[in-house]
Amino acid sequence: MFLTYLLLCQRLNVANDGYFHAMLSIRHIVKQYAGQRALDDVSMEIEKGKIFGLLGPNGAGKTSLIRIINQITAPDSGEILFNGKHLNQSHIERIGYLPEERGLYKKMQIGEQTVYLARLKGLSQQEATKRAKDWFVKLGIESWWTKKIEELSKGMAQKAQFVSTVIHNPELIILDEPFSGFDPVNAEVIKNEILELNRQGATIIFSTHRMETVEELCDSIALIHKSKKILDGRVKTIKRAYRNNTYKLEYHGAELAVTDDAPFEVTSRKNTEDGHEMTVQLKEGRSVNDALLYVMPLTALTGFHEVVPTMHEIFIEKVNELH
Amino acid sequence: MNKILLIIQREYLSRVKKKSFIWMTLLVPVLFIGMYSLLIYTAVKGDELGDLKTVLVVDESGLVKDKLKNTTNITFAYSTKTYADERSGFKDSKYNYLLRLPATLSGAQILGEKKPGASLTGNIESQVNELLKNKKLLDAGIDINILKEAEKGINIEALQITDEGEKEANAMVAYGLGFIAAILIYMSLFIYGAQVMRGVIEEKTSRVIEVIISSVKPFQLMLGKIIGVGMVGLTQFILWIVISGGLIIGAGAMLGSGKTAELAQTQQVSAGYAPGAPNTVQIASATDSPDKLAKLQRQLADIPVGYTLGIFLFYFIFGYLIYSAVFAAVGSAVDNETETQQFMIPITLPLIFTFAFSLGFIINNPDSSISVWLSMIPLTSPIAMMVRLQYDVPAWQLITSMALLVGGFIFTTWVAARIYRVGILMYGKKVTYKELAKWFFYKE
Repeated sequence: MFLTYLLLCQRLNVANDGYFHAMLSIRHIVKQYAGQRALDDVSMEIEKGKIFGLLGPNGAGKTSLIRIINQITAPDSGEILFNGKHLNQSHIERIGYLPEERGLYKKMQIGEQTVYLARLKGLSQQEATKRAKDWFVKLGIESWWTKKIEELSKGMAQKAQFVSTVIHNPELIILDEPFSGFDPVNAEVIKNEILELNRQGATIIFSTHRMETVEELCDSIALIHKSKKILDGRVKTIKRAYRNNTYKLEYHGAELAVTDDAPFEVTSRKNTEDGHEMTVQLKEGRSVNDALLYVMPLTALTGFHEVVPTMHEIFIEKVNELH
Repeated sequence: MNKILLIIQREYLSRVKKKSFIWMTLLVPVLFIGMYSLLIYTAVKGDELGDLKTVLVVDESGLVKDKLKNTTNITFAYSTKTYADERSGFKDSKYNYLLRLPATLSGAQILGEKKPGASLTGNIESQVNELLKNKKLLDAGIDINILKEAEKGINIEALQITDEGEKEANAMVAYGLGFIAAILIYMSLFIYGAQVMRGVIEEKTSRVIEVIISSVKPFQLMLGKIIGVGMVGLTQFILWIVISGGLIIGAGAMLGSGKTAELAQTQQVSAGYAPGAPNTVQIASATDSPDKLAKLQRQLADIPVGYTLGIFLFYFIFGYLIYSAVFAAVGSAVDNETETQQFMIPITLPLIFTFAFSLGFIINNPDSSISVWLSMIPLTSPIAMMVRLQYDVPAWQLITSMALLVGGFIFTTWVAARIYRVGILMYGKKVTYKELAKWFFYKE
C-alpha cells in the first residue's frame, strides 16, 4: 500500500513534505549517433536542492545526456521532466551550464561578454550588468572588467565563465569538470560558491571523474558506462551496500600470527612506523565483537575501524565488472 | 526572436568597432579613387609622361620621307646617308633609334640601345601602313578628295523602341553598370561570406560555442551571425559610396571647371594623334567630344536609378545570404581555417565561373539562352542577372529569377543549418563529404 503511494508520488511528482521532489526526471532516454548508441535506456531522478554526481569513464555518454538536458540535442526516445513538466525551451533560462569544452570570445571584453551571455539567458541589460558587477567583486576580478579574454590568465577566464554559468540564478546548475583549470586556492573559492548556491536552493549536477569531489560534495550519484546506467542512488546507501565486512587493525608488538580458527581471514598485512597493520575480512556469521575478542588477548590494539570502499573503488569495480 | 537580435547586435558591433573595419572603410575609397585618378591621368597624359624619343629614318623606299608625323614624345629625322654609314656611327649619334625602310618595304627594322617599346613600333607601323595604302590608292587613280571623304568614320546610334518612343540605348553604359554591379556582388560574397565562416570557426576553436548554444538554438546563432555580418557589409558599402561620393565632389570643387576643359582638350589632342589620323583629315572635330559627353549624360540620366538600385540590393542581399549559409556550414565542419580548402572549391567555383563568364560572354550576349539560364540558377543569378539587367530583362524572367533565389536561399539555409548544428560540436575530426552527408540526416 505504502509502496503504491510512493510510486504514485513519484509518477505525479508530488512533493510529500519534501520527502522526494524530482528537479529532473530522466526517463528511458535513448540516443543514437550514426550506428553508435550513446545512451541506451537511461533513467534517473535528480532530487531538488541536492547535489548530484554524474559519473562515468570517458565516452560513456555523460556529455550526450547533459546536452539532451540542455536541449542542445534531442533524444531519439524517452522523456525528461523538469520540475514535473515536459522539458521545453522555456526551461533554458532556468538552467546554468558549464561545459567541459568551454571558452569565451577571445577578442571581447570580459565584462561585456558576461553581460552578453547573461542577456542570452533572458536578463535585461541593466540587470545583467548589475549582477555581473556584483559577481566580479565577489570573486575579486572587478578590475579586469574591460580586459579582453586573450589578455587574461586561464584561471581568471574560468572565473568569468563560472559567473556566466550562474548569473541568471538558475534552479539547475550543470557543471562538467568544474574544477579543471583552477589552482587549488581558486578551486576552493569556486567550490564554496557552488555550495552557497546549493544552500540557496539550486540543484547541482556534477559531471566528473574526480572521486574526491563526489565523496565530499554529492548526495547522490549515477554511474554511466558504455551508454548504460549501471549504478545509482545516494552516496551513503551505495557505500553501505558495498561494505564487505572488512576491517583494519593496527597494533604494537610482534607481528600477529593468525590461526585457522580465527573469526576472520587476513587479506593484507603492512608494517608501519609504530607497529603493524592488518586488513581482515570477517568470516560468514561472525561479528566485530568476535574479532575483537580473538585479537585482544594476543596483542596491544591501537586502532580498529571498518574499511568502507571509496567511490573510486566502487567506480572501478563496477566498470571492470562489465568488461 | 529577441535572442537573434542580441546575436545580430553583438556580431555587428564587434566587427564595426574593430580598427581594421574603420581603416578598411576609410582607405578603400581613397585608394580606389587614387588609383582611378592615376589611371585616367596616365591615359590622358601617357604620351607626355614618356621620354622623348628621337628616331632617325633611313628611307630607301622614298615613301615616308618628311611624311611621318611627330607626336609629343616621338620625333622623326631623316637621313640622306646610306644605312651602312648611319649604322656604323649610330652609337655616338644624338638619336635613340634608327629606322630602316628598305626599297621593297619588306624587312623594315628599328634598332636602338634600348629595346623599342610596343607603342613606338605600333605608331610607326600604322603610319607607314597608312601612307602605303594612300600611295597605292593614289597610284590606282583614286582622287585624293574621295580618299579624304572615305576616312570619315560613322558612329552608330543605338536606339531602342519603347512605348515612349525611341530611346537612346548606349551599350557602353549598360556594359559599365553591369560590370560594376558584377564586381561588387562578387567581391562582397567572398569578403563577407568568408567573414561568416571565420566567425563560425572562431566560436568553435575558442570553445564558446557550447556555452552559446545552451542558451540559443544553433539555427538562431547561425542566422544571427549571417545577418549581423551582412549588415556590416551593407554598412561598409554605404560608407564607401558616401565617402567616395564626397571625395569626388570635393575633388571636383577643388579643381574647378578649368580642369574639365583641359581634360576635354587633351582628349581631343590625343584623338588627333590616333593612328592613321595624321596626314589626312582631322576627324575629331571640336564639337564632337562635348556632344558625346552630353549624350553619355543623357543616357546615364535615362537609367532608372531606383529600379536598378533596388534590384541590386535584392541580389546583393540574397546572394550574400545564400553563399554565407554555405560558408557557415563549411566553417562548422572544420577545426581551423587551413582545413577549409577542400570545401572551398565547390563554393568558389560557381562564383568565379559566373563572374568570368558574365564579363566574357553574358555582357556581350545578354539574351542568349545560356545567359538566361545562368541568371535563373540561384547560385549564379546574383552576378549573371546584374550583368543582364541593363539590357531590359523581361519581367517574368526577373520575377522567376528572384523567386528561385529566395527559394534557393531557404533551401540552402535549411541544408546548411542541419550540417552546422552537428558540425559545431565536432572536434578533432577530419571531415569528408560523406561525413557531411551523414550529419545532414542526423535527427536533432
